[in-house]
Amino acid sequence: MINLSEVTETNKMIAEENLDVRTITMGISLLDTASSSLDATCKAIYDKLLKYAGNLVETGDAIGRDFGVPVINKRISITPIAMVGSSCCKKTSDFVKIAKTLDKAAKKIGVNFIGGYSAIVSKGMTRADELLIRSIPEAMASTERICSSVNVGSTKTGIDMDAVRLMGEIIKEAALKTKKADSIGCAKLVILCNAPDDNPFMAGAFHGVSEGDVVINVGVSGPGVVNHVLKSIRGADFETLCETIKRTSFKITRVGQLVAQEASARLGVPFGIIDLSLAPTPAIGDSVADILKEIGLEHPGAPGTTAALALLNDQVKKGGVMASSYVGGLSGAFIPVSEDQGMIDAVNAGALTIEKLEAMTCVCSVGLDMIAIPGDTPASSISGIIADEAAIGMINQKTTAVRIIPVAGKKVGDTVEFGGLLGRAPVMNVSKFSCEAMISRRGRIPAPIHSFKN
Amino acid sequence: MKKTIITVIGRDTVGILAKVCTYLAKNKVNILDISQTVTGGYFNMMMIVDLSECTKSFDAFSMGLERIGASLVLKTNCQKAEIFEKMHRV
Repeated sequence: MINLSEVTETNKMIAEENLDVRTITMGISLLDTASSSLDATCKAIYDKLLKYAGNLVETGDAIGRDFGVPVINKRISITPIAMVGSSCCKKTSDFVKIAKTLDKAAKKIGVNFIGGYSAIVSKGMTRADELLIRSIPEAMASTERICSSVNVGSTKTGIDMDAVRLMGEIIKEAALKTKKADSIGCAKLVILCNAPDDNPFMAGAFHGVSEGDVVINVGVSGPGVVNHVLKSIRGADFETLCETIKRTSFKITRVGQLVAQEASARLGVPFGIIDLSLAPTPAIGDSVADILKEIGLEHPGAPGTTAALALLNDQVKKGGVMASSYVGGLSGAFIPVSEDQGMIDAVNAGALTIEKLEAMTCVCSVGLDMIAIPGDTPASSISGIIADEAAIGMINQKTTAVRIIPVAGKKVGDTVEFGGLLGRAPVMNVSKFSCEAMISRRGRIPAPIHSFKN
Repeated sequence: MKKTIITVIGRDTVGILAKVCTYLAKNKVNILDISQTVTGGYFNMMMIVDLSECTKSFDAFSMGLERIGASLVLKTNCQKAEIFEKMHRV
């Protein structure tokens, strides 16, 4: 029988340590909505989204009330739109029309984001892929709730450097098109390598072609809970540290598993995966950086940061895997700068640079996330940063990503306010040295060899 | 069995348990277990109840309980038991 101290522990995690279920994301295949008529495709997309996700928000909220745990976001991921629109979209404005249809559906359903305005171009771009990519700046500027992603490489295919070059330009254009809102268009655009098909987290969520028709994926969170429990064992040895993180991760993930199964049953949609990620928010105490500090760093970015993050990420997975029947998505610690007060403090203190963040992405899931850089950064340098991240992912057989915002009109030392979950970001310095000659080369980087690992 | 955990937290006063139990009885809710502590005038109670025969929906029952709690300046919570069982039992 459950006892009082266990009930108190759980409720303290929820009330004081920001334990929540970060997102219930319904993945919906839109492959069957494709046709040669743009209007017919848009109508079919709208109807299918409403049919399956019409009750998503209401159901998520009801589950939250039943268990007394907040379900923060209810979201939708869809088949990459470059595929869905490949027959009916002949120009960029055709894709933008689909984006507006998605935005309309998202608002009607009440989800705050719909992810999948995407193209998978790991090896090459089709005409539709390129059209979609070129439509991203306009799509981001003319919608509110659409998230876009482009997968430019994988361990099996290598890196499509033509797409990498193009994305540098597209990011700049998206920043300019949304200049009035501090270039927020770029905060909803992510460039990936080895993108998973079942990621529930934005902005990189899409419903891959390996998935079934409809699925429920859940992203858990709880950096505040981990941080709190580590405070109680300050100074303990590594064995105790790791065991404590594992146990806590188990508890957090079990809540996600329960909510996922409940959502799956109530919506009549199969359960897909739990994404075991520590996802911070700008709220005080809901920070991955604070965990790194509790492990023993003055600030993230100090020597030892990569080791501390590797340890944290690995223990979270070890604890979480046991708690869930299916694990997938990104599953790792997120280190977005703007969404984590501890990261912002580290940048402001001069402890954390883009180069150190890049090293950290070798051992955690996501990559360079929500980083504001000067608006006058050349497109080729942005492409260079994307290529570096994609190379880390390709060689290490892991997902990496870049969500970087060249804020129009801002320079190093300025701060950008995105608001809400996207937080605020100090503008960070980018190396002034050029990679223009490398980025202007055509073609792709070949797939890596899988032996002689050094 | 619709096992549900009720928690009541706040400053101790006369009649908390009486009021909560009257509400439960009125709604045909059976009490399976109660544990309670009072430390430094601070009241902390947990009840395990069965909502199978409850005449109200979960939301309506929970909100009714909240109103009773609020009238005594107490914080009440009503949660399905699975969240605790999943979290604390392998």
